[in-house]
Amino acid sequence: MSTVTSSKEKTGLNPKKQTRPLATLRKVARNWELYLFLLPTLVYFLIFKYYPMYGLQIAFKDFMAVHGILGSPWVGFEHFIRFFESYQFWNLLGNSLLINFYQLIFAFPIPIIFALMLNQVTRTRFKKVVQTVTYAPHFISVVVLVGMLFIFLSPSNGFVNNIIQLFGGEPIYFMGSEAWFKPVFVGSQIWQTTGWSAIIYLAALTSVDPQLHEAAIVDGATKLQRVFHIDIPGILPVIMIMLILEIGNFVTLGYQKVLLMQNELNIASSEVIQTYVYKSGLLNSQFSYAAAIGLFENVINFILLIMMNQMAKKFKQQSLF
Amino acid sequence: MSKIARSRSDKLFDAINYTLLTLILLVVIYPLYLIVISSVSDPTAVNAGKVLFWPAGFTLKGYEILLDNSEVWRGYLNTLLYVVLSLILNVSLVITAGYALSRKDLIGRNFFMFLIVFTMFFSGGLIPSYLLVQQLDMINTIWAVVIPSAVSAFHLIVAKTFFQTTIPNELLEAAKVDGCSTTKFFFKIVIPLSVPIIAVMALFSAVNEWNSFFPALIYLQDQELYPLQLILRSILVASQDAAAVTGDAIDPELIAEQQQYKELIKYSLIIVSSVPILVLYPFVQRYFVKGVMIGSIKG
Repeated sequence: MSTVTSSKEKTGLNPKKQTRPLATLRKVARNWELYLFLLPTLVYFLIFKYYPMYGLQIAFKDFMAVHGILGSPWVGFEHFIRFFESYQFWNLLGNSLLINFYQLIFAFPIPIIFALMLNQVTRTRFKKVVQTVTYAPHFISVVVLVGMLFIFLSPSNGFVNNIIQLFGGEPIYFMGSEAWFKPVFVGSQIWQTTGWSAIIYLAALTSVDPQLHEAAIVDGATKLQRVFHIDIPGILPVIMIMLILEIGNFVTLGYQKVLLMQNELNIASSEVIQTYVYKSGLLNSQFSYAAAIGLFENVINFILLIMMNQMAKKFKQQSLF
Repeated sequence: MSKIARSRSDKLFDAINYTLLTLILLVVIYPLYLIVISSVSDPTAVNAGKVLFWPAGFTLKGYEILLDNSEVWRGYLNTLLYVVLSLILNVSLVITAGYALSRKDLIGRNFFMFLIVFTMFFSGGLIPSYLLVQQLDMINTIWAVVIPSAVSAFHLIVAKTFFQTTIPNELLEAAKVDGCSTTKFFFKIVIPLSVPIIAVMALFSAVNEWNSFFPALIYLQDQELYPLQLILRSILVASQDAAAVTGDAIDPELIAEQQQYKELIKYSLIIVSSVPILVLYPFVQRYFVKGVMIGSIKG
């Protein structure tokens, strides 16, 4: 595209160079079928992804359905200020950041460790069984997963509490507890995604040069030493990319699951920005206010992503752009 | 000396490794196993929490009650419809656009790629998207469930990477020399070579649609249109009785029965709703893994 725009600009200044845009146009015309292939998808993205970005202006307006988005009056940052000053602001921000922070600290490294462990297994049958089984939870829907949490963590007959009681403990009402909300959320996330997320690291491990291992064995390195000094550095670029992608989702992650796990008893610990957007926007029809909150979150995400990407570049690791 | 030390520490490493992996295996598999055995056990034993390792008694009553539940059936059929529609839409769009984007002679492809990838990191968000669907008059129609999620940027990247790595340029050159048009080349040569990626895309979109509940939750009001996951939500999460959901059980006897079998119904429902995917996935696992790998490494 850059060639197209730049050559278009040049045409006005230098008529002699007209052959270039003409050639480009001819190339485009020759491949008109390819553009036709692309067109439906492009239209989809313009309508369903870019039009909503344009529609974000309602965050700065007082949206009234009768006037539509364009006709509603501008109010500037009023909705943002209202949100920042609302008594829920710090709680919402705190919950969103904390859940994702726990996710990053616990759920992110575990698939990596799991892949490193699995990579050391020489018995292929065992390896296959472990892999096949650990993928399975990935295919369970979020509704079913939360349903399972309610069943298994039930204080009266859930098996987790049965085990606690077996060891003489008191049953815990996990799903109705503020303190337990985040551990249960992150824990179940680990259960569901570890096997699946490990695929990418396992793939990266297969591309680690086997000669390095051979040389290390000759030098008398133990398996553990080889994991730390060959395997981990070998997959570091992939780890960095996954980390950047993870940060990109920092605040948004898993709000559908949060929404399902929420109830009046755990709400103080479980209300996050996205669920609040859903409630104030769609359930209470405060479209502009909710859109402003959504935009605030989106901007934070974006800034974090850029920062992470710059950091990765500095460390001379892989970067996304 | 060093050789013995090495092998000893490696043996210890292996022992710990195998033990931990076996533990992980058990932790993952036990909840799944428990659901299966509970779904066929005597409800009183299940309610008392006595089913731990083996089914207690044997009954298919939970499944029978579900079979009689018109709501669950309708949800199943609706979900099937949504899966088929979004699969057709998703695969045709992703494959055509992915192929176009993989071609070097598509001028402006970097710009188009940027346009698409950018949406992975910045979006209008929930409210503007909702208002758009409203503006398009799609609220409370099947299209609201199917169309707004028709293409995923991630899938496009995967497809594009696949075409780049599997369709050699020489093939295209040869076809061009023979006077083959782009469209003809696409249908006669590219499509037959792309069965794996089409399978991957079809599976990704089928699984996504089968498990999705949020678009239906926000865009549908008419219960007749509800997909299975929304019905699951009311029974499993909001913990309503199957009867309360359907409203077709005013019969007190039936209500009492539902009460007694409440837990059993939940287990059976989990199985019934997850079986299509869980049965499918061991057969198609390698495709899935391939898809994830192609997509993520280049992503």
